Amino acid sequence: MTDAAATAAPIQGNAATAQPEAMSWDSKTRRLVMLYVPLACFVLILLFPFYWMGITAFKPNAELYDYKTYNPFWIGSPTLDHIKHLLFNTAYPRWLVTTMTVSICATILSLFASTLAAYAIQRLRFRGSQYVGLAIYLAYLVPPSILFIPLATMVFQLGLFDTPMALILTYPTFLIPFCTWLLIGYFKSIPYELEECALIDGATRIQILMKITLPLAVPGLISAGIFSFTLSWNEFIYALAFIQSSESKTVPVAILTELVSGDVYQWGALMAGSLLGSLPVAIFYSFFVDYYVSSLTGAVKE
Amino acid sequence: MSVTTAPDWVRRRTEPNWLARLFDYKPFLVFACLLPAVGLLLVFLTYPLGLGIYLAFTDTTIGRSGVWVGLENFEYLLEDKLWWNAVFFSVFYTAVATIGKFGLGLWLALLLNNHVPFKSLLRAIILLPWIVPTVLSAIAFWWIYDPQFSIISYLFVDVLGWRTTNIDFIGSAWPARFSLIAANIWRGIPFVAISLLAGLQTISPSLYEAALLDGSTAWQRFRFITFPMLLPILAIVMTFSIIFTFTDFQLVYAITRGGPVNSTHLLATLAFQRGIPGGQLGEGAAIAVSMIPFLVAATLFSYFALARRKWQQGESND
Repeated sequence: MTDAAATAAPIQGNAATAQPEAMSWDSKTRRLVMLYVPLACFVLILLFPFYWMGITAFKPNAELYDYKTYNPFWIGSPTLDHIKHLLFNTAYPRWLVTTMTVSICATILSLFASTLAAYAIQRLRFRGSQYVGLAIYLAYLVPPSILFIPLATMVFQLGLFDTPMALILTYPTFLIPFCTWLLIGYFKSIPYELEECALIDGATRIQILMKITLPLAVPGLISAGIFSFTLSWNEFIYALAFIQSSESKTVPVAILTELVSGDVYQWGALMAGSLLGSLPVAIFYSFFVDYYVSSLTGAVKE
Repeated sequence: MSVTTAPDWVRRRTEPNWLARLFDYKPFLVFACLLPAVGLLLVFLTYPLGLGIYLAFTDTTIGRSGVWVGLENFEYLLEDKLWWNAVFFSVFYTAVATIGKFGLGLWLALLLNNHVPFKSLLRAIILLPWIVPTVLSAIAFWWIYDPQFSIISYLFVDVLGWRTTNIDFIGSAWPARFSLIAANIWRGIPFVAISLLAGLQTISPSLYEAALLDGSTAWQRFRFITFPMLLPILAIVMTFSIIFTFTDFQLVYAITRGGPVNSTHLLATLAFQRGIPGGQLGEGAAIAVSMIPFLVAATLFSYFALARRKWQQGESND
């Protein structure tokens, strides 16, 4: 479509300028310069930090700090030392488990709450349901940077300071608004007639939700779940403010506060930690790319 | 049994237990469904928001609940050079990073809107910077910006020979600011590109055909079809982007922690530094609250300046 438009453009323009041969590029060259070269640059730049992360994680220290004798873009003799150090000399496995637990619990909690809320707003049509929807949407616009100080005092007063529970309960504040909006969109796409049929057959509201609406909304639930999981895995400021003891930190916080010690940074271990910390999300994401993209774009379009 | 099935059916229907009947009672059902979400949001979002504003007017520190001090915190901030510095950098960071993200993101979206082989794979790869935890990619940038072993310096000094000394990325104020902005743009491009790509795909090809028949140039087609049709999505994405760039915390905290000499503090990192390790909760809250007017202004601007025309929403809007 646009593709056709782009290649047809010079021919069109040239008819007017009456210089067809001079201006009309070979369309393949044109495509190469206008499309593939910039695209390749984008991909190169967007991926380079990951490449660099990966390469550093497997480089022995001798190569890491000597660019004169070794080509820094490649590994001479790959080593697992950094990863070994990470897994056996630090609490890294512990941090991974904590992060996983927190992310999964927060995701389940927010999925549960937002499914019910989205169903109520979209299907139970009570007075003011639109305003409740709007209020939940506005909640998404409140950034965590404004909330972490009062939340820290609250968490302290509730006795949750330094426990994973503090994170499980606060993460839904930014997950629920997003999931609710996503699911409202999905519920909207399910024909209301199906529910009416079930009502006529004598199903209760709960049965309708459990047996008709939810099974049809599974793609939406998956999207919302993946999104929540990655967002909780990435969360930083709450985890930094509410968790103090080394062993119950989440991966992003722990790498920054526990592995960075003194003046000499252990770049190998730091990069290995970042790589390992990114992998679960990346793998998870790669299985559900399409759901992820649809949730991202769907939420924006709402 | 000469009774037909109908009365039987009716009787069964009137006998559900009280719980089922309660759940079929609509007001209760609405209440029960909204309770978890609204409850969580009220307790952990609305209340803290109010509490934060209240704290900004007290002199609370960690371990001591403060007393009402009126506008003292804000008066102090107005005289605080660090705060002004943070305001300046927050605005600058947001402005430059947003322009960069949207310029490059729109370009990438337009590129991806062509027929390219392995398009879905490409799209998946491009989203990676956005998936990976920000702090972890920020640490990778930190390593890329290392004063001694920066790979970019190596490229410029040893491979290309354009410079004789290593680039000082995060050692002094202005280079550090631009390094942070570059990292932020890098992280923001995928989100903008993929969202705008979705917008581009909803534009009807017949519009381009009509314009082609009228002899339009590629630039005219972009200016008068693509851009206006994209504006509503652009407005929403930009609102989100501005809000989350302005209140960014992770990137700066991971790469420079506000240094060198406090030159790269954003309002969020300054609030954290004063509030949590510094223990001055009241002052930290005041800094956090001082972000709110900027956020409201940015939201209103991007919403009203960009999304005022309803017809652009097209038929997909309901």
